[in-house]
Amino acid sequence: MTELLKVSDASMIFGGLRAVSNFTMKIDEGELIGLIGPNGAGKTTAFNMLTGVYNPTEGEILFKGEVINGKKPYQVTAMGIARTFQNIRLFSELSVLENVKIAFDMHVNYSLAEAVARFGRYFPQEKNADEKALGLLKIFKLDRFKDELAKNLPYGEQRRLEIARALATQPKLLLLDEPAAGMNPQETHELMEMIRWIKKEFSLSVLLIEHDMSLVMGVCERIYVLEYGICIANGTPDEIKHNKRVIEAYLGEEVS
Amino acid sequence: MNKLRKQDLIVLGLCVILFVVVEILLDQEIIDPYWEANIILMLINIILAVSLNLINGYTGQFSIGHAGFLAVGAYVGAIFTVKLGYPFEVALIAGTIAAAFLGCLIGIPTLRLNGDYLAIATLGLGEIIRIAILNIDYVGGASGFMGIPRITNFAWAFWIAVAIMYVIKNFKNSSYGRACLAIRENEIAAETMGIDTTKYKVMAFTIGAAFAGTAGVLFSHYYYIAHPASFTFMRSFDILTMVVLGGLGSMTGAVTGAVALTGISAALADYPEWRMVIYSISLIVLMLNRPQGIFGSKELSLQMFKLGGGTHDGTAESK
Repeated sequence: MTELLKVSDASMIFGGLRAVSNFTMKIDEGELIGLIGPNGAGKTTAFNMLTGVYNPTEGEILFKGEVINGKKPYQVTAMGIARTFQNIRLFSELSVLENVKIAFDMHVNYSLAEAVARFGRYFPQEKNADEKALGLLKIFKLDRFKDELAKNLPYGEQRRLEIARALATQPKLLLLDEPAAGMNPQETHELMEMIRWIKKEFSLSVLLIEHDMSLVMGVCERIYVLEYGICIANGTPDEIKHNKRVIEAYLGEEVS
Repeated sequence: MNKLRKQDLIVLGLCVILFVVVEILLDQEIIDPYWEANIILMLINIILAVSLNLINGYTGQFSIGHAGFLAVGAYVGAIFTVKLGYPFEVALIAGTIAAAFLGCLIGIPTLRLNGDYLAIATLGLGEIIRIAILNIDYVGGASGFMGIPRITNFAWAFWIAVAIMYVIKNFKNSSYGRACLAIRENEIAAETMGIDTTKYKVMAFTIGAAFAGTAGVLFSHYYYIAHPASFTFMRSFDILTMVVLGGLGSMTGAVTGAVALTGISAALADYPEWRMVIYSISLIVLMLNRPQGIFGSKELSLQMFKLGGGTHDGTAESK
């Protein structure tokens, strides 16, 4: 297995607050990794460092052997990292199809002149974008909503659309920020199956933040645990379940 | 995609019919010279409104300095025809490029700002352009640039307006336009979807400014004069009002807003004391009852009349 992402000693410091401290992580191709921790542990901050939203104060992040510190989010996306958001960020006043097409537009390369005068590569590439976007929507069973505004979709469908949109950028690594938030057990179970399936079908690695332990334990191959910005454990789900420090972080220390 | 071409052709046909009808009416003097002047002003306002809509409505960057780019186009165009003796066509291109260049130059630093801050910055820049012109004696300073030939006529204004609407419509329905819409909807998500937000914001701002420049050349070559007083921030607000009235983000709305406001203002010219009262009351009533504007962000398109399929298309309603 080749190494896809390598985070060495990355820290994110806001003024006097070390939101993430000396975070080290490694993701191989095709792995499904979980990132857990109590609220405010720095999980989303870690995501923001990986996607270029924040530039880590210290440390180095390598993706496919290239340094991504200091790159802008759109450059990181172009390198092959896509993400979803904890609080859904769809293009709410645009149609479901347009949402996915926008993400696919990175791979569209007709010139401005071709676009405004409609010649050359415009029609073939638009057609291709439409087909690709529609194909993705079909996979996520969203094609019947394609002309609906994104904001009118039910909550679960909005989450699915966000994942479809992230996949349209054709990533090698997919970051999912609490994909099961607000879902009932049935939906969570379906999501779990879907994440496994996506990983295989699109041959990518997945890193997911999640509070739903049944989901994390059920689907992840390895898990990293953050507490107060510090990585206190990493290992297989079984190791994490029995790790003393993890239990303390979640349930508090034993009274002696 | 053939549907799209077909739709464009149908719209072009409608435009030709509209053009011929109005041209005949003008020729037979059924439309009197007063209304002819107002129709040309309407067309210039349409260009201004749709180009501002590209910046404010599609890209969501609240700019209120549009009169500044109008002024640049008006003066640069006049310099090319009057001072340098070039033909009108060259002046049109020069005015457009000059405004585009300035738009790009101004856009790069200011588009880092958001919302209110950008509005204030663009308002200030519009005024800076006007004050600068006021102090350049080469273009007549405070007394204005006089002796500009009247070259703009209905045909020029009409076809340039149609062409600009066509370009903006196609821009919106391309990957470039979608990037701008994405920025309006959610800038962070847009950036995570691989969109270089700064690039597209500057692009939209530059194109919007360029077309305001084109409108400026038409403007100064219709009124014989380019005067700094025509390009105050009140002019910027007029254009903004047209866009908001019609519906931010809708080209049909921008066109309707431009036609309606120019029309109302012209129709009420005989009652100067009531003009602003009626104008303001109608705006207040509309905003209370329909804050999203007449069209919201929807477009009037041929599909509504079941003539063809395809994507949004606003040019059906081209005057």
